[in-house]
Amino acid sequence: MSDNGSVKNNWEPRIVAFFCNWCTYTGADLAGISRMQYRPNTRVIRLMCSGRLDPQFIMKAFREGADGVLVGGCHPGDCHYQEGNYKALRRITLLKKMLAQMGIEEGRLRLEWISASEGDLVQKAMNSMAETIRELGPLNLAEIPTPHSHDKEPVAAGVEGGA
Amino acid sequence: MYEKEIGMTTPELKPNGEKSRIGVYICHCGTNIAKTVDVEALREFAEKLPDVVAARTYKFVCSDPGQKMIRDDIQDPDLKVNRVVFVGCTPRLHEMTFRKVISEAGLNEYYLQVANIREHVSWVTPDKEEGTEKAKALLAGAVRRVHEHEALEQRRVPVNPDVLIVGGGIAGITAALTIADAGKKVYLVEREPSIGGYMAKFDKTFPTLDCSACILTPKMSSVKSHPNITLWAYSEVAEVDGYVGNFKIKIRRKPRYVDEDTCAGCYDCVEACVFKKPKFPDEFEVGMGLRKPIYIPFPQATPLKAVIDPNTCLQLTTGKCKQSCAEVCSKNSINFDQVEEIKEIEVGTVILATGFKAFDPVRSPEYGYGKYDNVYTSVEVERLCNAAGPTGGNVVLRDGTTPKSIAIVHCVGSRDKKTNAWCSRACCMYSLKLAHLVKERTDGEVFNFYIDMRTPGKSYEEFYDKILDEGVHFIRGRAAEVRNWALDEAEEGKLVVRAEDSMMGVVRRIPVDMVILSVGLEPHEDANEVARMFNMSCGTEGWFTERHPKLAPVHTFTDGVFIAGACQGPKDIPDSVSQAGAAASEVLALIDKGYIELEPNTAFIDEDKCSGCHTCIALCPYTAISFNEEKGKAEINEALCKGCGTCVAACPAGAAQQHHFTDDQIYEEIEGVLEYV
Repeated sequence: MSDNGSVKNNWEPRIVAFFCNWCTYTGADLAGISRMQYRPNTRVIRLMCSGRLDPQFIMKAFREGADGVLVGGCHPGDCHYQEGNYKALRRITLLKKMLAQMGIEEGRLRLEWISASEGDLVQKAMNSMAETIRELGPLNLAEIPTPHSHDKEPVAAGVEGGA
Repeated sequence: MYEKEIGMTTPELKPNGEKSRIGVYICHCGTNIAKTVDVEALREFAEKLPDVVAARTYKFVCSDPGQKMIRDDIQDPDLKVNRVVFVGCTPRLHEMTFRKVISEAGLNEYYLQVANIREHVSWVTPDKEEGTEKAKALLAGAVRRVHEHEALEQRRVPVNPDVLIVGGGIAGITAALTIADAGKKVYLVEREPSIGGYMAKFDKTFPTLDCSACILTPKMSSVKSHPNITLWAYSEVAEVDGYVGNFKIKIRRKPRYVDEDTCAGCYDCVEACVFKKPKFPDEFEVGMGLRKPIYIPFPQATPLKAVIDPNTCLQLTTGKCKQSCAEVCSKNSINFDQVEEIKEIEVGTVILATGFKAFDPVRSPEYGYGKYDNVYTSVEVERLCNAAGPTGGNVVLRDGTTPKSIAIVHCVGSRDKKTNAWCSRACCMYSLKLAHLVKERTDGEVFNFYIDMRTPGKSYEEFYDKILDEGVHFIRGRAAEVRNWALDEAEEGKLVVRAEDSMMGVVRRIPVDMVILSVGLEPHEDANEVARMFNMSCGTEGWFTERHPKLAPVHTFTDGVFIAGACQGPKDIPDSVSQAGAAASEVLALIDKGYIELEPNTAFIDEDKCSGCHTCIALCPYTAISFNEEKGKAEINEALCKGCGTCVAACPAGAAQQHHFTDDQIYEEIEGVLEYV
């Protein structure tokens, strides 16, 4: 666990983003090409599809010290793999309920639909996510009871519900 | 399952027994990166990361000396770099470049990871300290991830050399002829009874004013007679299955009620129809002319075959007709019992050239289309100008008189937030052409109402100059409305176009006999359905989305499916033809290569872990997963898997995994981006 949260004023939130290769990741590239400046708090991890997003990735990021997790997928109907984004939506909706039970505020996990041509939305999402997390403060997971073993992560089973 | 404790960097042995020896190559990208990221600090940071044996910076790592630097480290007997992290621009730009570099040095090309510190850091972070810190995090994520990479091989799939082209307008025709001339077999599918598209309706083409039919119809007949082209008009794609190189496609052939093989296109049946006079709106004439229930769309139709409209034919609607058409046909081609037919074909590549739809100005009621007889669309006037059209090329009003004054209203259904925001690109030029033709045919006064005159193209501006010299009036300002309310005697019995003349700064009222609405180009209503069928996407406007707006304009995100012409966005004839040529050459390049390399990022099942729960099977959008009853395990067909990873994320047992995006690789990256900075 990192030593974040010691001085709240100088504290910078650390956010992990999981972006779909075909839309939001490319949108973030476009934001770069267009020199749209935004807060540097977010570290992007590329997935081929938001449908690849295992809820455990989000849990893992929180455990490793992320204060927030941002997920970017294709707009409904535009998924490069037909419907992976709907699966991501379902998983995140369920996961949010569980996070709340664990004391992790809803605002710490956000799903955005951003297409490859919407660099401005990437910029907005990056800034507003950083702002939200700054307001929420550091995530101090140590105070929250967590399962002891990785293998028994509560999201491991049943999240998909067999759909 | 992931077991490693945070911070533990005990070197792990790879399956092939070698320890990771990571080389990190940080690019300045001139000043693009170096200006807002301290690359030297980054290098020092990288050196301290686990298993990093070399960390170097260079001005342009993608250049020849930069590439050589990486190759040398891999081949250096002491360094023996066996994993490479490139720290620079987006992987979408140079991942392929560096994969090639390391494979040339004898390393498996998938032992590479890219940290994107240009698009995602230096270009978006003004503060150098912040930028450097973020770059460190991304770099560490890449170093930790590459540690887990596995050697992979691209899959090779043979390409079926047959090609399907959807849409028989000028783009589809051009592509079909190019590919067929190269000796490949082409299926050309057209929805209407004849190929030709919009171009077949036009009289002249801008800016050369050459006759549209004279340049198009020879191409149409080449299509018909080409031994390598199978032309299926009056047909639609019904179902698409498979993937690049190996598509299985079902084509629905609508019944013509006329046997296409025997019909000679002699018009005897049309003459003999019990309807003595044409009575029904002619689709080809966009309602400007009438046709009978049995008809041939136009004299140059290809194929030149009769077709019966099932909605107006007496026999087909009531079952009671003396069937004089069938009686007179010497070839017995009329067949009222014909039914829809499904053809199944296998092709390796597809070109979509489905074109556009002209804007329906009923949606812009201020212009009075459908309300006033003498308000026409530009397509209707194209038919009036055409010598083969309903008036034999005479531009006359519906009452047969020749208009003495004509208004041409630009940007109807274009550049208008209420309808379509985009510029339709071709309208300024075709409006100029119509101004010329209408003036030539009527000797009347012609007024063009335009917002901006957009004439970018070879000889286009010169054409505008020529029309100016011909005495056509130009009024700069969007026409506000067309009404028949006369304010004075001059306006009596006329249509009045009201517009702001932004040059003079006044509102003008121009009374005219005829109004031509230059309607914009729109995507087809079912463009989204077609896109979905081919698993590609449409932009919010409904045009098919190209893979890259500049560098891959005819590719789509579906491998093996290309787009050409106005289905991708508004285009004039020269642009459509150029795109058709581009799409054809992309297709030929694929066929010539003979095989396709697919990314190996497919999913696979670890049989030892699979409990046979079926969760993954229903999730797969490509039906690539099946259940092996004998083993009681799921099985993934790698040829069908596209590598989205949805099944992997859902597998409760961790049995489904995705090559190059394994859980462990992503866990390492998550740790990497968070652990050090």
